[in-house]
Amino acid sequence: MVDNKQQWKAWLYLAPACILLLVFTVWPIFNTLRMAFLNGYGNMAAIGGATFEFGIENFVKVIEYKEFLQCLQNTAILCVATVPISTILALLIAVALNSIKPLQKTLQTIFFLPYVTNSIAIGMVFAAMFNIVGLKQGSAMADTWGIINNVIQFFGGEPVNWLNAGSTYVSNMVVMVIYIVWNALPFKILILLGGLQSINKQYYDAAKVDGTPKARVLTKITIPLLSPMLAYVVITGFIGGFKEYSSIIGIFGDKMGPADDAGRLNTMVGFVYDALERDRQGRASAAALILFAIILAVTLFNNNVIKKHVHY
Amino acid sequence: MSKSTTTVMQARDIQKMSVGQKIVRVLSKTGTYAFLLIMALIVLFPFYWMIISSLKTLAEYRQAIPTFWPRQIMWGNYAEAFTTANLGDLFMNTLYVGLVSTVLSLVITVLSAFAFARLEFKGKETLFGALLATMMIPGELFTITNYITINELGWMHTFTALIVPFLVSVFYIYLLRQNFMQIPNELYLAAKVDGTSDIKYLWKVMIPLALPTLISVTILKMMGAWNSYIWPKLVANDDAHQMITNGLRNAFTDTSGQANYPVQMAAVAIVSAPLFLVFLCLRKYIMSGVSRSGIKG
Repeated sequence: MVDNKQQWKAWLYLAPACILLLVFTVWPIFNTLRMAFLNGYGNMAAIGGATFEFGIENFVKVIEYKEFLQCLQNTAILCVATVPISTILALLIAVALNSIKPLQKTLQTIFFLPYVTNSIAIGMVFAAMFNIVGLKQGSAMADTWGIINNVIQFFGGEPVNWLNAGSTYVSNMVVMVIYIVWNALPFKILILLGGLQSINKQYYDAAKVDGTPKARVLTKITIPLLSPMLAYVVITGFIGGFKEYSSIIGIFGDKMGPADDAGRLNTMVGFVYDALERDRQGRASAAALILFAIILAVTLFNNNVIKKHVHY
Repeated sequence: MSKSTTTVMQARDIQKMSVGQKIVRVLSKTGTYAFLLIMALIVLFPFYWMIISSLKTLAEYRQAIPTFWPRQIMWGNYAEAFTTANLGDLFMNTLYVGLVSTVLSLVITVLSAFAFARLEFKGKETLFGALLATMMIPGELFTITNYITINELGWMHTFTALIVPFLVSVFYIYLLRQNFMQIPNELYLAAKVDGTSDIKYLWKVMIPLALPTLISVTILKMMGAWNSYIWPKLVANDDAHQMITNGLRNAFTDTSGQANYPVQMAAVAIVSAPLFLVFLCLRKYIMSGVSRSGIKG
């Protein structure tokens, strides 16, 4: 029987993928849920023979944690600040790129460059650009203020302590937002430019015949026809934003904050990993599930808003 | 609308245009280019700063008034960075993990995609749907249990821990299946009549036709190994198995402002260079792969 032979063969070909998925994808889904609902679960303790009661203590503990609320706040601020800024900038750049002919390919390549970088390595470059070298304790003198402060001084401003010891939360956040936007632009420009190039030229010709002003063409033709792509970059932007972690490691290192206030810029994902490494897998699981729930809720909310405004 | 009619229409428009409109047009073109060039400079600036800083002496870097081109080119910073961060070993570790996981992952992906695209078996649609559903769950949920699993398997501080958990990517299976389905089934049946084996058919017909997708997968997989940080930090952060990003971050932990930035920037430049080279050579595959997958590295 050919049919039976095909069945047997199909499962043979699928076997490696299925086995690996069972161990590293399906089992974790169940086990993470289980650990989240076992009060105070820790794997080392479990191996040592400890038993854990079923309950929601992990979730309660996580929410009561001051650090967790700080992480939640940091993550939310980064999301709310970076997604609109990077989306609007990417839209403007994509529209401008789409309207030119000479240099288009070159500029497109330049705008894509930040994508093919290592976000930790280039984070170290940004840190160097914002860093003040040789600031003496209690005096207002430093060897070099860093290139960003040099530019500010060139335009007559006062240098800012961006990320050294004694820097403010707001200035730390500004550095993070600039870096994350810089990092997020390429993907958004790529997607939006692809969308722009697939818009039927007839709409623009019709607008031209009618003598429609450019601003009106942008708001009445381009943005509505681009709305599925815009929706896509906003949703993926929020999902990525809630998982922000390595860009902070890139700039602030493992300390996740300025030298005198470690952990100040920690995020939800950072919280999960910290708990995991301290053998508090129950809390890590609970925090990860909370993160998942937030991402799901934000995505559903976005979808709802988008459904009213997107023209497919 | 054909291109020629558009041009004719534009020509007619230009004739109709008044001088005022022409000025507006020139201004808006200039504005567009100015905006794009300024943004391009902002995007490029960190790379420029990385390179010139990596070539300065420490004294020049620490000057109050910055220089925009190194007065004395210090190639020695690169040699120092290479030894300080032990980049040679890190590079070999990363290359090993990247190559092994790419090859194994390609084999698994091709076989699964072939089964889903060409073979008939019970529960095919259900299984495929279930696989796609797992794509919605954030990776952090898996990481917690996988960390325990790796520990229990005794794989802590081994390359296996870095390779095996990520061999199967549902998304790549999906991508390749779509690709395989475009190849007409008659070709497969004809090959069967001729007595060609599945493997030979895959190798001779399907893989060449799906090559662009496979190349994209390879590049993204290699870039993934190069950029991975979180998982290696959890399971294999010892000297013998350290990946390049972890090694780089661990070698330069001083963020207090006293760090030797020229050497640090040289190390960052060395780590970034292969990514740029690959990008410049294979731009088409990377950009199409990224626009389809939306996966960072």
